[in-house]
Amino acid sequence: MREPRSFLAVQRTKCQRFLRYVLRHKYLYLLLVPCVVYFIVFHYVPMYGVLISFKDFNFKKGILGSEWVGFENFEYMFGLSDFYRVFWNSLYLNILRLLIAFPIPVILALMINEINNRYFKRITQTAIYFPYFISWAVIGGILVNFLSPTWGVVNEMIKSLGFESIFFLGEAKYFRGVAVASSIWKEAGWGTIIYLAAITGIGPELYEAATVDGASRLQRLVHITLPCIKTTVVLTFILRVGSIMSNGFEQIFTLQNTMNLSVSEVFETYTYRVGMLGGRFSFATTVGLFTSVISMIFLLTANFLSKKLGEEGIW
Amino acid sequence: MLFAIRSRKSPDWQKRLQASRGDKVFSTINYVVVGLFALLCIFPLFYVLSYSLTPYEQYLKNPIRLIPTELSFAAYRQLWNFPLMWTGFRSTLFITIVGTAINIVLLCISAYPLSKKDLKGRNFVMGMILFTMFFNGGMIPNYYLVRSLHLINTYWSLILPGAISAYNLILMRNFVSAIPDSLEESAIIDGANELVILGKIIVPLSKPAIATFILFHAVGHWNAYFNSILYISDRKLWPLMLIVREMVVDSGANMVQQGVTAGAQELAQPFTLKMAIIVVTILPIICVYPFVQKYFMKGMLLGSVKG
Repeated sequence: MREPRSFLAVQRTKCQRFLRYVLRHKYLYLLLVPCVVYFIVFHYVPMYGVLISFKDFNFKKGILGSEWVGFENFEYMFGLSDFYRVFWNSLYLNILRLLIAFPIPVILALMINEINNRYFKRITQTAIYFPYFISWAVIGGILVNFLSPTWGVVNEMIKSLGFESIFFLGEAKYFRGVAVASSIWKEAGWGTIIYLAAITGIGPELYEAATVDGASRLQRLVHITLPCIKTTVVLTFILRVGSIMSNGFEQIFTLQNTMNLSVSEVFETYTYRVGMLGGRFSFATTVGLFTSVISMIFLLTANFLSKKLGEEGIW
Repeated sequence: MLFAIRSRKSPDWQKRLQASRGDKVFSTINYVVVGLFALLCIFPLFYVLSYSLTPYEQYLKNPIRLIPTELSFAAYRQLWNFPLMWTGFRSTLFITIVGTAINIVLLCISAYPLSKKDLKGRNFVMGMILFTMFFNGGMIPNYYLVRSLHLINTYWSLILPGAISAYNLILMRNFVSAIPDSLEESAIIDGANELVILGKIIVPLSKPAIATFILFHAVGHWNAYFNSILYISDRKLWPLMLIVREMVVDSGANMVQQGVTAGAQELAQPFTLKMAIIVVTILPIICVYPFVQKYFMKGMLLGSVKG
């Protein structure tokens, strides 16, 4: 009869077994070390920096040395009317993007899929992917110059038609349009790739069966292609909702100027202006933390809702 | 099916004719809309190119003209003599080459262990990585970290913080998982350890994935400017995009006074200068684009390889 082992003895052999396992696969673990170190240093350590929002941060004293102020920064933030304006700007811009810029790659992908001429397809695809490779600094530069009220091309064309020139980037109502339109220009073509990939995964038998039953191309599109890519669209949508607070610093920053600040100030640029340029680190961190938490809530909610509706979620 | 069509006048046939006419309209709309969008995507760049080559007086007379009647390289000549252009190029080149190299190396060596489903601790590490995709510390904590590491005003502040992209890591890991185990097993039988397997089997077989990631990361580094705004205040270290931004978006009043006008025989006016600098910055991308276009179509499907 075997003698029952003591607890410590069992733990010791578990430890030994683990160490032996690690040694046997030492190269694999070695290869993994840079990756783990990277994520800890550059992703998890800054998460600890979130503590700054609970303190009255002072660079000389560092994070630990700075005074603890609890939720004071949060109370201050929620009492600031600026904060709500920035919140509204970020949200509104993103809702516009979701409503307008999100469906466009889907529709484009569906249309490209229906094109039969190989050369036309290839040429147009080459063309529409191209804006994705251009930096926002450049696109912003082009926009600022082309939309200039005094010497921009667009306004010259408007003037030659007899109208008054429009200061696109100076007026609130036009700014949002320019922001969303430029997003579409840059990202729509690229966005079609993932949907086209999903469409190529649809079995041709479905189309053949529909053709036999007399379906027109439009009917085939609506009744076969659309339902088959529904999962991809929903997944992309969830991910998109998860970044509902983020508008991309680079895009907004290049299009901002003192005149459109009331509509163009979004969380990223606000954090930069207040935190980096203004030196109010605690407050800026608070805003950043708020943004991350809200994004997570949106993401989890979207994921939960989609599962409730019968679709797959991200996890 | 053919037997069902009795004559060309039967309602059946009429219906099929109508269906194909509807198809034709549908098809035409498709071609037109997609074609227009494609034109829209490249048209602005033609304007930029043409303006950069137009003498300024020509531009003032007729700003809408697409093809210049006279060519003038004054803007480019001025840029050539502009020292900040050269330092900018040097910075961006360094960041792009070294940054991309680090990205790829880290991607390859990390994806391989993570592709082994039975490695102890793998799930924990994957969970840790996935979490970072959805939550991060924010701008200020990141700045504080980079500052504490004394990376401010160095190129490393632009290379290290984004060294591994969690999303790309997952794609690469999926790709490596698809490589058959039998290859590895036969290598193990021949006495190879994991490092050799990585170098001699995994990497050569991952060439399409690696090419795609090289493209993505290189373009990302070339175009990035946000991190530079945060971390680099020394103008001599500014990457190209920051210089573009100051010149083109901020109307480069600073720069025009400081260095651009120095030593220029023929002064290209600000607008043409701006267009020229845009052309110069996107020229490398345009040159590389046709060659790599064939890669990324395949590359985007990497993560969704099913069979």
